[in-house]
Parts: sequence; structure tokens; C-alpha cells
Amino acid sequence: MLKINQLHKSYPIGDSSLHVLKGIDLEVKEAEMVAIMGSSGSGKSTLLNIIGMLDEADSGDYILDGLLIKDLTEKKAAVYRNKFLGFIFQSFNLINYKNALENVALPLYYQGMKRKERQEKAMFHLEKVGLADWAQHLPKELSGGQNQRVAIARALAANPKLLLADEPTGALDTKTSYEIMAFIQQLNDEGKTILMVTHEEDIANMCKRIVRLRDGVIMEDKKVEQVRAEQYV
Amino acid sequence: MFDLDLWREIFQSINMNRTRSLLSGFTVAFAILLFTILFGIANGLQNTFAEAFIDDATNSIFINSGKTTKAHKGLQAGRRIKFKNEDFDYVKEEFGNKVEFITARLYRNVQASYRNEQNGYNLRAVHPDHQFLEKTKIKEGRYINQNDVKNRTKVVVIGRLVEEDLFLKTTALGKYINLSGIQYKVVGIFTDDGGDNEERLIYMPISTAQHIYGNNDYIDQINLTYNPEMNYDQALSFGNLITRKMKDRFSVAKSDQRAIRVRNMAEGTKAVSQMTFGLSVIILVIGFGTLMAGIVGVSNIMIFIVKERTKEIGIRKALGASPRSIVSIILIESILITAIAGYVGLLLGVGVLELVGPSLKTYFIKDPGVSNSLVVGATLTLIIAGAIAGYLPAKKASKIKPIVALRND
Repeated sequence: MLKINQLHKSYPIGDSSLHVLKGIDLEVKEAEMVAIMGSSGSGKSTLLNIIGMLDEADSGDYILDGLLIKDLTEKKAAVYRNKFLGFIFQSFNLINYKNALENVALPLYYQGMKRKERQEKAMFHLEKVGLADWAQHLPKELSGGQNQRVAIARALAANPKLLLADEPTGALDTKTSYEIMAFIQQLNDEGKTILMVTHEEDIANMCKRIVRLRDGVIMEDKKVEQVRAEQYV
Repeated sequence: MFDLDLWREIFQSINMNRTRSLLSGFTVAFAILLFTILFGIANGLQNTFAEAFIDDATNSIFINSGKTTKAHKGLQAGRRIKFKNEDFDYVKEEFGNKVEFITARLYRNVQASYRNEQNGYNLRAVHPDHQFLEKTKIKEGRYINQNDVKNRTKVVVIGRLVEEDLFLKTTALGKYINLSGIQYKVVGIFTDDGGDNEERLIYMPISTAQHIYGNNDYIDQINLTYNPEMNYDQALSFGNLITRKMKDRFSVAKSDQRAIRVRNMAEGTKAVSQMTFGLSVIILVIGFGTLMAGIVGVSNIMIFIVKERTKEIGIRKALGASPRSIVSIILIESILITAIAGYVGLLLGVGVLELVGPSLKTYFIKDPGVSNSLVVGATLTLIIAGAIAGYLPAKKASKIKPIVALRND
């Protein structure tokens, strides 16, 4: 599904530059559920952003679904993001003046889908996250957990190959976090490949594999026994 | 291609961000409103000015006769010079190629009456060209024509106020008016921008008047306009040429200031046209200034809007929006708001001018108004300025990495 070879990335800071990723090798297979862990500054978010084509690596190869992602034009990157990737952010990143249904339908709009079809599909995904009754509500009228579920529905709407989550539970309380995790696990059970950045051990342990980063290199990469989130809900 | 979805996105964005939309709309509307009002008032000032100085044709020359003050060629001083039809024909023949319109004038005072109403008026007996020299506007009927002059018909054209005085509320056209005992048919009623006095006049064919008042062919004055393509210097020398020729014709000394008097409007026109030019410059500066202020306002708002929407742009990009769709959504929204607001400002401005315009006459502002093409042009300028001011930051925003945009809180 995803293969990364000797990935380097540095950010300029004043005159010097900060070497954030120092040669990352990573392979993720289909239907895996991987947690990327590390303290802040370890480069975990940068890695996720590069995988998500939100940022570009300085050197190294990144192959997604057999496609070399390199020197993309903005237009092409937009098409790939839309086609391959679904994003879940810590701060939800919903568009505040659009209601839940419209937010979920937005990636489909960028796919060029017809309005009616778009709304049906968006509704289907909202039902899936249990928010069908809240379709017409604006983000500010929903709770954090509900907003994150809308975001998940949006990430799923375009039927991406890979789901990327950046601290998806970072802004939620424990109970809601577990609810969201239960939901993400369910998606993984259905065969979605999921890559998630987190710094919480309990959340990481709900994945199937943990990759630990420190100072821009992979310290540890191990399979774990998945802790099911349902039991806490 | 008309993209309904794109427009839905735009209308939603406008509708859901009302403060932002209203604010930017207000700036544009206000700029256009100010522009219209200031420009309108300046135009009003110019109208007053134009009316005060250039009621009659500005390229007029008046030729009058008087008594000689100096003996010349064996003729005594104190001789009265009197123009006749042949002198009129002479001027017409001699300077024909340089003359635009020409008319003779004969002045009389008449007692005019219709039924029980009567009043004294100035009568001017003229040629048909007089209408253009005096810029007389026919309200009803017609002016004196060549046939009238040829056949000495007993017809008159009366001013609007003469009609009001004598015919009260009824129309004078086709009725007979009594001038000092003789009946004349009213064939036309005119108006004139020159004020009330100009509208208390009665015009009659020159030949009719000559026949009735003395049965001679005297005329009091010859009026003409020169070819408007002549420049100031040419006009002056043309006036001097007429003076010289006429003095020769009547054997008047060159230094005699009284016998032949030629009044050339070109002499005054220069000062007037310079002042009009000055006014136009002031108007232009005012208009340009307001427009600049508007452009700066719109630009500021556009930059602010793009800044405010950076995060939204990041989200859209992460979801697969192409840079082009980002630019177009921001740009079309701004153009739409500017266009609508500009139109509102235009309507308001024109409305205000219409409403308070008439009451401003006391302050030397007459018929304040702006030409449609001008305000539309101003609005278009603002729209284009808004589009450019929005395009640059929108283009930049569409290029920033989504991750940077997303981090922007």
C-alpha cells in the first residue's frame, strides 16, 4: 500500500536548518492500522503530512499504491489527495459555515460528483457515523465527539485507500476518545488502511502496529496485540 | 460553462459570512455613492457656470451701427449709420464661407393683447437662422422659416411666458395675437435657458416687420456665428476683418469706435473656457481621489478576507481542491459582492442627487448629475480593482501548502 525509502526532511530556521526526518524507511500493507508515536519534535506529524501529500520531502522515495509521489504539481497533488487519502485532524477542520452534510459532501464536490448523488452518499456516511439526525447542523452546534465523527464521515466519503489521522483524539475527553477509536477500529476491521499519529499510549495500543520515532529516526517498529476500544465504551 | 455548484458554494459563502460580505459591500457602495454625489455636485457647479456664461452661441459676432464721431473722406462727424438689407446680404456674401448662421435683427416694443389680457413686450424681427444663434428651443409649433421671410407672412413665435401672460392656461398655438392693432398668427412657442427676459420675447419675420414698421428695409443689428472650427486667434482676426470691411463700406474712420461696433464673443470665451477647464480638472481630481480611496478600501478588505479564509483554503486543499477552484471561488465572490454593492451605491447616489438636486440651485448647483457611463465605468474600475486585489492574495493562498494553511488559526 505504502512504501517509504530514506525519507529526509528539514525545515529552515533562521540561517540554520532543522533536520526533522533523518532517513525514514517504512512499509505499510493494506488493512494495517499503524500508530506513529514519539515525543513532540520527533517528526511524527511531519511524516504524516508528507504521507498525506500536505508537505513535501527533501529527498527519498514515497510510493503510494504503486505510484511514485514526487514533484507533483498542485493540481495533481489535489487529485491524488482526493482520490487516495482521507484526513482526520485533531481540530476536526470542518468548514464552520457548512452544515454536517455539506462538510461530508465537500470531497465529493471536488471529485465532480453531481449534487444529488453527492448528498445521498454524504448522508450514507453520516448515517454510518450515527449522525444522520444532525445532518443539517453547523459544526458549532455539535459536540467535539460529534464533530470528529463528521470529520471521519468526510474522510470516508471519497472512499480513500488510506486514512490518515493526526491526533484524532487529541481534543476529546477519554470516553469520547474511546468512542472514536472504536469507530476507527471498526473501519479497519472493514479493511481500511489507517495511519495515525498519537502520543497517548492507550490510543496507540488500540492499533495493530506501533512505530516509534525519536529525533527523526525510527526507534522501534513492532506489532502489538490490539486493545479493542468497545470494552471501554 | 455555467457551474451551478460553484455558484452554490459562492452564495453559501456570502450568505453564511454576512458580516464580511456586508462590510466589503459597504465599502464599495460607499465609495460609489461618494463618487456619484461629489461628481454630480461638481457637474452641477459646472452647469451653473455654463448657464451663466454661455447661454447664447459662444461663437457669436454682433454688428451694430451708431453715429460717426469723426469726419472721414469728406463726410461729417455725427452721421447716423443705418444697416439695410443689402448690408446683410453683403456680409452674407462676403464672409459666407466663414459664417455658420447669420440673421438680421430689428427691435421694436409692442403692446400685445389677446382677448382681455394685454402687456408690453420686446419684439425681435429676425431671419430663420436666429433660432440657432440664440439657442431658442421650440416647445410647440415651429420657428420663423424662409417662407415667412419671403412672403412677409403675419406670423409670430412667442416665448413661454408670453403665452402664460396672455393666453393664461390655454394654448396659444394657432391663435391670433394682436400686436399694436394688427393680428398675427402664433405659429410657435419657445423656451430659452437665458432666463425670464428671454422668454418674454416675440419673434417675427424680418421682412414682415420692415413692411409694417416703416415700409423700409432698415435693420438694427446683424448677428452671426462663425465656423466653430475656427480657433481663438482665427476668430479674433475674423472679427477684426468684419470691422474693417464694414468701416470701409460705410466710409467710417478706422479709429471711429462708435459708428460700427463689432462685438466678438470669442474675446470673452477664452476666459470662460479656461475656467471651465479649471473646473473640469477639479472634478477629475475629486473623482479620481474618491475612486482611489475606494480601490484602497476594497484591496484592504480582499487581503483581509483571504487571510481570514486561509484555514478554509487549507481544508479545501486537503480534501482535493485544485488551486484554480480556490482562486475562482474567492474571486467570483469578491466580484459578485463588488458588483452588487457598486450598483446599490450607484442607485443611492443617483437617488440622492435626484432628491436634493433641485433644492441645491440656491447654492449655484444646477441639475447635479452624472452620466451613466461614468458611474458604470467607476463601478467597473472598482470591480476590477477588487478582482486584482483579491486575485493576488488568492493566488498566493492557493499555492501555500495545505499544512501551513491548516495550522493557521
